[in-house]
Amino acid sequence: MSARYFGAAVQRLEDPRLLAGNGRYVDDIALPGMLHAAFHRAQVAHGRIRDLDAADARTMPGVAAVYVMADFAAIAEGPMPPMAPHPLLKTPLTYHPLAVEEVHHVGEAIAMVLADTRQQAEDAANAIQVDIEDLPAVAHATAALADGAPHVHSGRDSNLVGTLRGGFGDAGAVFAKADHALSETFAIHRGGCHSMECRGVIAAPDPLAEELTVYTSSQSPYMVRRHLAQYLKRDESSLRVIAPDVGGGFGPKANVYPEEFAVALAAMMIGRPVKWIEDRSEHFVATTQQRDQLWTLDVAFTGHGRMLAVRGRCIHDNGAYAPYGLILPATALASFPGPYALEALDIAIDVVLTNLVPTTPVRGAARPCTAFVLERLADAIARHLDLPREEVRRRSFITADQMPYTTGMKARDGSPISYDSGDYTKALDLALAKIDAAGFAQRKAQAAARGKLLGFGIASCVEDTGLAPFEGATVRVTPAGKVVISTGAASQGQGHRTMLAQIAADALGVDIGNISVEAADTGKFPLGISTVGSRIAVTAGSSVELAAQQVRKKALEAASFMLEAAESDLEIERGVVRVVGVPGMQVSLGDIARALSGSAGLLLPGHLEPDLAATAYFESNALTFAYGSNACEVEIDPATGDARVSRYVVAHDCGCLINPLVVDGQILGGVVHGIGNALYERMVYDEAGQPLSTNYGEYLLPLAPEMPDIEMHHLETPSPRNPIGVKGAGEGGTIPAAACVISAIQDALGPGAPFIAEHPVSPERITQWLDAIS
Amino acid sequence: MSDRRRITINVNGTLRNAEVETRVHLADFLRQSLGLTGTHLGCEHGVCGACTIIVNGSAVRSCLMLAVQADGASVETVESLGTSKALSALQQAFSRHHALQCGFCTPGMLMSLEAFLRNNPHANAAEIREAISGNICRCTGYQGIVNAALAAAAEHRGAA
Repeated sequence: MSARYFGAAVQRLEDPRLLAGNGRYVDDIALPGMLHAAFHRAQVAHGRIRDLDAADARTMPGVAAVYVMADFAAIAEGPMPPMAPHPLLKTPLTYHPLAVEEVHHVGEAIAMVLADTRQQAEDAANAIQVDIEDLPAVAHATAALADGAPHVHSGRDSNLVGTLRGGFGDAGAVFAKADHALSETFAIHRGGCHSMECRGVIAAPDPLAEELTVYTSSQSPYMVRRHLAQYLKRDESSLRVIAPDVGGGFGPKANVYPEEFAVALAAMMIGRPVKWIEDRSEHFVATTQQRDQLWTLDVAFTGHGRMLAVRGRCIHDNGAYAPYGLILPATALASFPGPYALEALDIAIDVVLTNLVPTTPVRGAARPCTAFVLERLADAIARHLDLPREEVRRRSFITADQMPYTTGMKARDGSPISYDSGDYTKALDLALAKIDAAGFAQRKAQAAARGKLLGFGIASCVEDTGLAPFEGATVRVTPAGKVVISTGAASQGQGHRTMLAQIAADALGVDIGNISVEAADTGKFPLGISTVGSRIAVTAGSSVELAAQQVRKKALEAASFMLEAAESDLEIERGVVRVVGVPGMQVSLGDIARALSGSAGLLLPGHLEPDLAATAYFESNALTFAYGSNACEVEIDPATGDARVSRYVVAHDCGCLINPLVVDGQILGGVVHGIGNALYERMVYDEAGQPLSTNYGEYLLPLAPEMPDIEMHHLETPSPRNPIGVKGAGEGGTIPAAACVISAIQDALGPGAPFIAEHPVSPERITQWLDAIS
Repeated sequence: MSDRRRITINVNGTLRNAEVETRVHLADFLRQSLGLTGTHLGCEHGVCGACTIIVNGSAVRSCLMLAVQADGASVETVESLGTSKALSALQQAFSRHHALQCGFCTPGMLMSLEAFLRNNPHANAAEIREAISGNICRCTGYQGIVNAALAAAAEHRGAA
């Protein structure tokens, strides 16, 4: 069996439909009798609902119903089930589908209107009168911890959810013996999701079958089914959840949202399909974000620049609820020690509530935050010792001969984290060579001649990928000779269909054009988890490989009976099983599938089980670790403070590449997201918790003219932890990017500038630093 | 709110006659009244460019234009470019250069570039980046889109 497709830059199967405008996103679905929903949302960050008057709204044109939470009492009540319980969350911090008694951030849904058109629903939602008693709000994580701070939830007497702790070794002892130590504080801000498609939900009840079908723009349709079934006290078999084409996810669409529940409840109440499409202004106030982490860290190191230990504390802004448990701060913690062979680590993360939109993972989750502090500390050591930044890394990295390397940290399930494979120094050296680090001084001089400040930055990272436990797959050959892959793995643009089809095509010896993939529909495949943490290639990819190999084996067994030939004499090529060296002695996979589909009165060939199909759930029982180093150049205009990334080189290792086109795309997009975090994206709130950046004039996303061409170089160290040798690629671009850009800005500003320990950095901020130097 | 007017628009070469509410924007009209769901709405305040279409030869954000303003106009949407079985040269270049991932911004990107490349077949990468400065893509980092546009333009020049 030759690998015709695995490793090849195959054009995506997804493309033709999407390019022709034939995508089917939630808002493209229209069902007979469908009503449109709009929400009335909280205008204050914290308040007690005294009264709600919807009398006018109910009489407005087209309005079919107005609901508050109490209206759903006959079918459901109480807060939503927690997605990710954690021992520190003694009482769950989840939303009600519609707010009850108290609202805890601007944008929390209080009431919903159903009407014939979206416009009518919005008109009526605006006409609802809500009398809210203002309560004091907390708009920043540090303020939330202050003595006498208002309570984010009136019913909770502390804004501190709890403190996550992790580490290894004896940090005190290492610091005591170390040649040097430094302390730094970091203020990291990451913005929101900003998938170009906002969220959207349709719920369609079938009263005859007592079934409810939910279409949702989600990374986690199976989690929506699980939690909605639990909430509605229904069996999962009476709920079908489908994620159709999804216009980007980037993390926040992995959550189960109150609007998904409210739309389902409303549809059940009124007995008609109900659609809600989030608009962009709602996305800013109702879709989870990432925002602030404030770190205070000490680093111990030798006189040669070897990083020995890190200790300190983080204050993590969790927002008003914890819909996704403590996954985000826990990921920050689990991302230590990055690529560094530390002797000791001692980290505490205070998870703090604020009256702001909840925070949950955004591309990279908190891995970019941990990478930022570690990479800035590495740069700080270099600055302190007057060493090249790459030397500190070379002297501190875990080395190839230490693999597999047990870091001392624990995974989510409590098992020890062990890096599987890789050569971190090699990736760094590759990035430095490809960007021509040696020629930088000359380029800097040329920029200076043009009146510009050119800076050189580097950053490295390790990324845990392939999160347990599984995404399964069924591979089935139909009597027409088509191969259908079914999987629970949801896609938001990653090209999973193509990637999975490549794997199956090689295993079965068929043309990729004969393969179709159905995914993210609970009616088509029984189980699924979630598309998060760069896990689908490892999990679903491996499952497709295992299932397709089983189908191959079964096809050969059946053909052996049908052709009366030994299996060892058979080969599969282009969808046909042939007896080697006997022209004409052949049977197609479609014919075998037809035979195994059975006919009345005939036994199946070789008494095989019916169906030319197999299902596999590869158990991803240990994380696999991608890694890489980035190098970039940033040009600063000292007159305006404008910082422009002029060159960017990525050296990345995500194991065997299934499709280099797709992997490059994942990394490119990820780097640009990270550049956005470094330079542009800031979600701003005032002291009362009012969001001040709720459109794309105020909240800046990376645009084409400001982005560089990014150069990509792959190492391919196969992972020993799955049958196809892959590691995840979805977030490796984002994780080091902000650190890399800030490293370059620091370098551009020169040795007199203050140490940069924050992002995003605006032109105004850069100008302040330049003024401070002069 | 019930102010309605009758309009006639040439959409992708076909005259479409309809009565619309005056407050309905052109994107909603195309999507909801005509069923042309290839045009997407990403921000509805004229920044993201997902709803870009061509009106009388110019790239326009259909979320910022009322349907009644398009009365008598000639409108081209993504559906006019090519079908999934017979993609246009620009669409094919998008696939070859992996210029799309989730596909949501793609129709707007295609229409911005379609309008731009008609008038600027010799555009360089910087000019193409400027031409799509009003189209936000969160997935690709733009590089594949720029490469696809360069390739399509070169192909077009070669064929001309």
